[in-house]
Amino acid sequence: MLGEGILKGLAETARNFAGSFVSAERLTTVQYPEERIAPIEATRDFPFLLYDGSDWEAGMRCVACQICEKECPPQCIYIEKSKDKKPDALGKPQFYPARFDIDISVCMSCQICVEVCPFEAIKMDTEFELSTTDRFGGLLYDRKELAKSNEHYHKIHPTEAAEVDARLAEEKAKADAKAKAAAAAAAAKAAAPVQAAVQVQPAKPVQPAGDLTAERETKA
Amino acid sequence: MIEKLDQIFVLLQQWIVGFLPAALQPVAGVVLGVVAIVCVFPGLFALTTVLERKGLGRIQNRIGPNRVGPFGFFQPIADGIKSLTKEDVVPTSADAVVHFLAPVVLVVAVFLGFAVLPMGRNMVLVKMDASLLFYFAIGASTELSIFMAGWSSRNKYSLLGAMRAVAQMISYEVPLLLASVVVVMMTGSLSLTDIVAAQNQYSSGFPHWYVFTPWGFAGFVLFAVAGTAETNRSPFDLPEGESELVAGYFTEYSGFKFALFFLGEYLAMFSISALGATLFLGGWSAPFSFLQWIPSWIWFFGKVMLSIFGFIWVRGTLPRLRQDQLMNFAWKFVLPLSLLNLVVAGLWRFLGVGWERWVVCSAILLAAYVVMGRLGMHREHFGPRRYRYAE
Repeated sequence: MLGEGILKGLAETARNFAGSFVSAERLTTVQYPEERIAPIEATRDFPFLLYDGSDWEAGMRCVACQICEKECPPQCIYIEKSKDKKPDALGKPQFYPARFDIDISVCMSCQICVEVCPFEAIKMDTEFELSTTDRFGGLLYDRKELAKSNEHYHKIHPTEAAEVDARLAEEKAKADAKAKAAAAAAAAKAAAPVQAAVQVQPAKPVQPAGDLTAERETKA
Repeated sequence: MIEKLDQIFVLLQQWIVGFLPAALQPVAGVVLGVVAIVCVFPGLFALTTVLERKGLGRIQNRIGPNRVGPFGFFQPIADGIKSLTKEDVVPTSADAVVHFLAPVVLVVAVFLGFAVLPMGRNMVLVKMDASLLFYFAIGASTELSIFMAGWSSRNKYSLLGAMRAVAQMISYEVPLLLASVVVVMMTGSLSLTDIVAAQNQYSSGFPHWYVFTPWGFAGFVLFAVAGTAETNRSPFDLPEGESELVAGYFTEYSGFKFALFFLGEYLAMFSISALGATLFLGGWSAPFSFLQWIPSWIWFFGKVMLSIFGFIWVRGTLPRLRQDQLMNFAWKFVLPLSLLNLVVAGLWRFLGVGWERWVVCSAILLAAYVVMGRLGMHREHFGPRRYRYAE
């Protein structure tokens, strides 16, 4: 009959109206500033710079290779390479960023900088309450504002951070083994200098150069 | 004591007027009444906006506004400050005078309607013999202001919205009037005060409200439908259909003029609710004889708020109609039924007291409703679409 559907609809809305007062699962609203839900692990918004240890300046992983700066599609990263070198976490002397700025008003959260970084030095943050009254300076983050500890990374992306740490540990172990082997070789060299000298000599022919010239000739 | 509480506003008015010289007293009394109406109904409007937003929120399983003040009840104050401080933009090519006048005319016309509504025992601003006629004459002039707004804005959406509004309001004006005519037929008076007085009688505790008769019930339903359309409320809110017309006839309004349109719309809703309550729900009379000690104005405003709740409930339930559905519904369903209702009211009158008239009148109305519903709901069946390609 005419009007049946309207009555059904009215009953449905009445059920919603009354139900929202009694059942918590109907009312799914999260009242944001007071209540919040934990972000899902894959959340990302803007990049930050990782550092190891407790001192952000000493432990910064970034070596100012500027790959991210070149890859960044909206060109929001600005890096100035240092003139001198400082020892990194492994004790190896490295360049470091004298200046590292990200304009997060330009950043499009594409994560390309993270993917191209060979040093696991830049990662995506989950911090989203970034509003500021200064629309230019307040959204241009320098390296101090960008630096965040590895513990923070573990907190926001536990799985990913564990993978990264495992990879870094593996690399470190490899490097250690290599260093050990090199040290052992050096020790052996020191122990038998004559033998080593004999061994070194035939290992230094100028053959590659000869190859190259030959190649060039054939090409011409 | 109870008598005094019932007449508190009348006594208050007399007391204030008593301080003035006799020559000024009639004018002062009217001015006081006007001030009361101009204060109370916008206040009710403020309350309704927040209640509506909260109610609609609950219907959609949301919380609704709850930030400004306790439970969000100061939201209308924030809205008012916002609309007052906003820039008042008038399009360069608009007809500035008409553009300015349209919201003013709307609010004034809607306020005039309240002059004849009895809001309690002895609480009517202008005692007029033809008050129902006055109400409809004034009510029809809101269409003018809406068309003024749409035309003067020089905007295609405004004009389309105004065209729709005028078409819709004129179409529904007819059934609205015809649905009220049954009440005039039975009461034998165009005076709203007399109509309430005729319903304010009780037999074995129950009132003689017109809604409790077959023709009254049908009239009330038709009146409610036509009244919803007349005030451009959902599901008949095509003139301001925001999905296709931005905001309809008040697209080009901003700031306080926009707020005035909003106010006018809600005031029209109150006034049509009040008229519906007066015609069919016994106005300020109590629903049971033993509840008569509660002041009459409480009953009146209670009935108005109840029908406002109905408006909100319907708005939260029904989607907007299409223009052709709207027109078909008005001319092919509501209008014939309201004409039939006139005949039924006449039958009721001449069948005399007894159970026969209940059976006959109910049967006629129910049969007409079912048959016309069947006819109206019958749809052309279109088969699968065939495509013919050029060779």
